[in-house]
Amino acid sequence: MCGIVGLHLRSPELYSRLGELLTGMLCEMEDRGADSAGIAVYGNDDWSPRGRGSVSLIDVEVSGETVAAALGAETGAEVTAVTVDNVVLASADVDSEVLLSAARKAFPHVLVGGFGEDLAVLKGVGAPRALAERWGLAKAQGWQGVGHTRMATESAVTSSGAHPYAVGPGECLVHNGSFSNHATIRRDLRAAGIEFDSENDTEVGARFVARQLADGKGVDEALTDLTRTFDGFYTLLVSNRDSFAVVRDAIACKPAVIAETDDWVAMASEYRALAHLPGVENARIWEPEPEVIYHWNRQEVSA
Amino acid sequence: MSSADEAVPAFDLSTTPLREVNQALHASGLEGEYVIENPRGAHNVAVGLDAPVKVTVNGHLGYYAAGMNQQAEVVVNGNAGQGLAENMMSGTVHVTGSASQSAGATGRGGLLVIDGDAGARCGISMKGIDIVVGGDVGHMSAFMAQKGRLVVRGDAGDALGDSLYEARIYLRGAAKSLGADCVEKEMRPEHLEELAGLLKAAGFVDDDPASYKRYGSARTLYHFTHENEY
Repeated sequence: MCGIVGLHLRSPELYSRLGELLTGMLCEMEDRGADSAGIAVYGNDDWSPRGRGSVSLIDVEVSGETVAAALGAETGAEVTAVTVDNVVLASADVDSEVLLSAARKAFPHVLVGGFGEDLAVLKGVGAPRALAERWGLAKAQGWQGVGHTRMATESAVTSSGAHPYAVGPGECLVHNGSFSNHATIRRDLRAAGIEFDSENDTEVGARFVARQLADGKGVDEALTDLTRTFDGFYTLLVSNRDSFAVVRDAIACKPAVIAETDDWVAMASEYRALAHLPGVENARIWEPEPEVIYHWNRQEVSA
Repeated sequence: MSSADEAVPAFDLSTTPLREVNQALHASGLEGEYVIENPRGAHNVAVGLDAPVKVTVNGHLGYYAAGMNQQAEVVVNGNAGQGLAENMMSGTVHVTGSASQSAGATGRGGLLVIDGDAGARCGISMKGIDIVVGGDVGHMSAFMAQKGRLVVRGDAGDALGDSLYEARIYLRGAAKSLGADCVEKEMRPEHLEELAGLLKAAGFVDDDPASYKRYGSARTLYHFTHENEY
């Protein structure tokens, strides 16, 4: 099963409610998978202060102060770190990839949840409702969030097996379904020098998309390439700091519903995850067509 | 029991557990009209009805809405998720919005009307149900359909009627492609009459049956034919 949720806010008036709305969406999808969960939030200043590079370290098992000091020593920048349950969110006035390299050097065995500007990724093992509570997700602000509730199929129940996979700068991917040729594609990517954190099939999809984007392709092109390369059943939500995209495989047996209003675009595995969103009664609601890429871009709003 | 003077009993799914609602609708000797409010995409609403009742649902439904229906008239003012009216035996199910995949799957009787679009595999393995879709249907609709009629007022996705047995498909728009063994067939007077009856029953009285095409099985995939003797 697994459940996907995503909310892309258009109205700045809703930014303060992002966490509350995302919590409702995530918890409603707990029935689809309750072994682990993860979220990505774009634009929450407490977790990823505006204008700074940030990196999320999962199950790091040392204090935020220790992380900040270690990353500060590596980068020469002033690093701040916030501990949110099992995750340390570090940020500094440097490019997020500089911070990422420092984290990999200082904590080579720690799982990186994600990195980028305005991005915080939290994931862990346990029931989604309990994790959301421990993260204080309901209080988070921002302009966009995605979430995933996992019922493990392709790899172990660990934080590294939980979604989102945020392996490119500011980019996240969550997936419902399974890829059947992921081992082949992983071999090809490994041969090209790409490293993996897990044996999870979704990570292969995320690494594939990140590579396409790094090569300068747009999201639409990257996802089109993915549909031509990957076999299996999937609904994917791919988010960036300024974009929100959904695609399903040709068979389209994994569920997906999109709803759109003037104030937001939302996607979930099932409608019931959207039922509490403000104005949903007047939303345009539809089921994405197979292999059609649905893509929204954020209009920058001056605060 | 209800008459025009009495208020129609209403269940509110935001306060009443679904199991209680479905149990109430399974009471023996049930008749009259019922309303279900605030379904909020819940699964399995109004499943297994087996009484001459009318049930109106105001809002969107999740999976398997009105599944296994017998006798009842179910109206959904909203959309429905996967497996709408799955394995319906008799009665009617009418959805004013759109339905997700596998609507009317394996249905053996009754009439399913979807005013909007239906997703992939509408009428998969249908075995006697009639389905009328106001808009489009997705890919592989009427896959392995064995009996009954599927009417589509819009277009059909890929592989319409793949591996079809004996069901009839009436399509007004265009099919992206036809599935294995599905072919266009002549619209004879009895088909125009049959289609007119289905459109009337579904409330699409202004449609001209002559604007539809009929599709069915070429029967080349059959392993057994009526000439076989055992």
